[in-house]
This record gives sequence, C-alpha cells and structure tokens, in this order.
Amino acid sequence: MLDDFYVRAMLAGVLVALLAAPFGCFVIWRRMAYFGDTMAHSALLGITIALLLEIHVGIGVFVIALSTALALVYLQRQSNLPNDTLLGILSHSTLALGLLAVGLMTGSNVDVMSYLFGDVLSVGRTDITIIAATTVAALCLLALIWKPLLAATVNEDLAIAEGARPHVTQLLYLLLLAAVIAVTVRIIGVLLITALLVIPAATARRFATSPESMAALAAVLGAVAVVSGLAASLRWDTAAGPSIVVATLAIFLISAALPVKR
Amino acid sequence: MTTVDTAAQQSAKSLVPRKNQPNSASDSGKLIDVVNLSVKRGDTALVRDINLSVSRGEIVTLIGPNGSGKSTTIKAILGIVTPDTGTVTKLNNIRTGYVPQKLEINGTMPLSVHRFMRLTQNHSNDAINAALATTGAENLHKREISALSGGEFQRVLMARAIAAKPDLLVLDEPVQGVDFNAELEIYQLIARIRDELNCGVLLVSHDLHIVMAETDTVICLNGHVCCSGSPQVVTNSQAFQDLFGSRGSEALAVYRHHHDHSHGPDGEVIHDHA
Repeated sequence: MLDDFYVRAMLAGVLVALLAAPFGCFVIWRRMAYFGDTMAHSALLGITIALLLEIHVGIGVFVIALSTALALVYLQRQSNLPNDTLLGILSHSTLALGLLAVGLMTGSNVDVMSYLFGDVLSVGRTDITIIAATTVAALCLLALIWKPLLAATVNEDLAIAEGARPHVTQLLYLLLLAAVIAVTVRIIGVLLITALLVIPAATARRFATSPESMAALAAVLGAVAVVSGLAASLRWDTAAGPSIVVATLAIFLISAALPVKR
Repeated sequence: MTTVDTAAQQSAKSLVPRKNQPNSASDSGKLIDVVNLSVKRGDTALVRDINLSVSRGEIVTLIGPNGSGKSTTIKAILGIVTPDTGTVTKLNNIRTGYVPQKLEINGTMPLSVHRFMRLTQNHSNDAINAALATTGAENLHKREISALSGGEFQRVLMARAIAAKPDLLVLDEPVQGVDFNAELEIYQLIARIRDELNCGVLLVSHDLHIVMAETDTVICLNGHVCCSGSPQVVTNSQAFQDLFGSRGSEALAVYRHHHDHSHGPDGEVIHDHA
C-alpha cells in the first residue's frame, strides 16, 4: 500500500496535521503566529546549509529554526525594539539569506519552489518513518509539559509565584516547535507552514470548551484539510501544499457560518 | 551571587545578632522577611534598600505613587523578578497566594473558571467551590474566563489565591477598576480571609483613599521606604506629607475618622497646625 506515492503523501500529510494541531494551539494562545512564521522562514537557510554540508535536510532546518527562535527570545529581552519589528527584521532577512544561498548553489539540482511550497508527493518510505517517529516523540513530550506550559501561557507571573519554572518549559516548547517545523517543511513548504499551524487551531476555537478539546478538534480539522486538499490537488492537478492550505481556509470559512451553542 | 555576598557581608559585619538578620524569619515567626532589597533595570534602580516583613495574621499595605516600585517589590518577594542585592527569606514551606495586577487573559484559549482554578494545583471540587463561595463567585464556575467582567474576574482571582489556604496572601491592587461599594466589600473580604486562614496579607494600593482600616502596617514607598508604621503614625509623619501633600494625609485620616485639619469655604484643606 505504501508503494503508492499518493498513499504515502496522504499518510505524511495527516501525521503532520495531527502534530501541528496542538503546537498551533499554543502558537495562537501565546500570540506567536509571526514568531512561528519567522522560525519557518529561517528553515530555507537550514535547508541550504544541510545541502552544502550533505546532512539530512530535517536536521539543518531543526538547528537553524531553533537558533532563530533562541536569537529572537534573546533579542526580545535585550533590545528596545518592539516585538513585531524584531520579527520583521529576522523573518525576512533569514528568508532572503536562504534564497541567496539557494541561488549560489548552481550546479546542484535544487528546486526552490519545492522548499517554498512543499513537495508532499515525493515523500518516500524513510520520510514516513521519520515523520511518524517525530510525531509520536513530539506529542509525547508536549503531553509531559502540557500542564506547566498551559499555566505559563495563561500568565507567566502567576505560574512563577505558584512555584513553576516556566523558562525551562518554554524553552522545551520552542525546541519541539523547531522539530515540528523541520518535518512539516517537506510537506507544505517554508512559506505555508504557519497556515497549517494556525488555521485549524483558529477554526477549532469557536467550538472548543477546553484547551484540550481545542487541540483535538484542530487535529481532526487539520487532517480533514490535508485529505481534501490532496484529493483536490490530484483531481485538478494543482500544487499540493497550497491546495492543503486553501482547504484549511475553506473549512475555516464554512465553520464561521455555523452557529455555536453556548 | 550578589544575594549571597550581601548575606555574608552582613553576618560578617554584625557579631551581635541584629533584628534584620536574614535568617530571622524562622526565628521570629515572620512569614517573610525582606532585607535591603534592591532591584535594578540596567543602571536605574527600580527599588533600593527595601526592608519589610509580614507576620502571621498581619495586614501590611504598600502605598506609593505610580512608578514607586510597589509591584517590583512584590515581584521580587514572589521570585518573579531577581533582586540585585538583598535577601528575601521565607518561612519554610509557606504557601503563597498571589493576585497579580492587571492580569489579561486573552480570549484565544477556551478556559472555564473551574479549570482556571486548578491550572497549577489539583484542588478538589469542594475546595474550589468553597473558595469561590467565599469570594461570592460560586455561580461563575462554569463560565469562560474571557467572558467575565472586571469585578467578576477579580473575585475569581481572589478565590484562586485562597483555594490553597495560603499562609501568605499577596494582592497587587485588588480593587483596581472596581466601584466604591465593591471596593469596601473586597476589603471586608480580605479582613475576613485573614481572620479565617490566620494568614499574613501583603497588599498594594496606589490609592490612598482605600488603605483599609484593618491595616496593621503601612509602608510608604517611593523607590525606597519613605516611612512605615501604623496608619496613624504614617499619616502624621513628615516624609508621608512631603510625598503626598496634604491631600494624601487627608485621605488616610478620613478613613480613620480622625481629623487633623478642617476645610475652608471652597473645600480647601486647612491644617490645624497651619
């Protein structure tokens, strides 16, 4: 069954959607959509560095995305510039650096588009194994830090006053988010990752009554978006990554019209 | 680092045990003992050389103008801000309840009051309901946090702080944005909680009109401790009058029903000694 490229794409896409959902919820709750976006944009630089050093692309993305996140956290504490300005500087300069580096790599057969918008249809058996292992590991670790991370997200001062040490938890969350970006970049591309993180979670918000139900619903909606987006891509021969994102948007718009009982 | 140095210097300097020795908290029954606390941001001192303590059953009110370092002092005591020098000594294993100033819960997270109550601690349903009932918020427990009004949320925060039956209750401007009647109610509530739990209370207020009558000690802060003592003593102190002018002393005095001045025809304050 895994011999079929289409089945592999579906499986990889659904796994990534399940993984992205709870992390996307925290991205929304912590108001870090642009923070996540900046990490994702830096991934292109990670890809090119990995290709140059001939190491696995996922490792390059993970290291660079995490470094960018840590640099951001440091700058937010040290700099007088407001957050959105810092994000604007880092987000687009890392993307530009990545694009330059790709351009310099003439001779090597690098398809920039596949990194910018994803290339889910070329996912192989090894990729599936890596994505599945990362998904299970990252979700388990998130479950372990769920409670303290949630408390620190609601209010950091309150969490500290009640004996929590949120800085370690938040660092671990950034580490996991970098891992999520590293496996998602292959499926949906540097430019569209934030959509898969944020849109299903935002759709789930209206119907959820607890943080956990929001994450679970976001996972279901994300998986539905992946399946329908890929189906549409096959049927109308459209690019897979953008099709998935358009599917998440369609679900968001349909759900916005539905009544919520309170 | 610096904290340790200061403590070491102090014990080296004073051979005779001093009242404010860092380890005096456990000896004297003080819940917390703050000695020579300073917090800097960059080169600017936010607060310097703060000395204060809270004992069981005592209500200590911190007053001072905006930017005088009231919240910074409280955050240093709670461990949210790291002091640059000085020590904060807590009695072993005391439980602290905290009601922060201006807590904003953003509406992106679906969070019921009940869930909010047990965010960091696994209180039993009975403990949660009892705490909510104490603050008059028992009918709010199923509501979503982001949908509460300011006054309702304040009650929930208070309930959350007392649910663990704290030894020390730290309240940063608990009556902010609450109307006058609710304000009196909250002050009565604080006094009742103090009586029921026999806890120490450290309270911040920037409004001199509402230094609660049950306050045992007022600490008047303006970057450093200007003056401290009973409300009576503080009102009459020169440092307090310099800091707040005659309006300030009027407010504290009015609340204590003690008149040290009279009013002119246009309401102007005329001091008796003037």
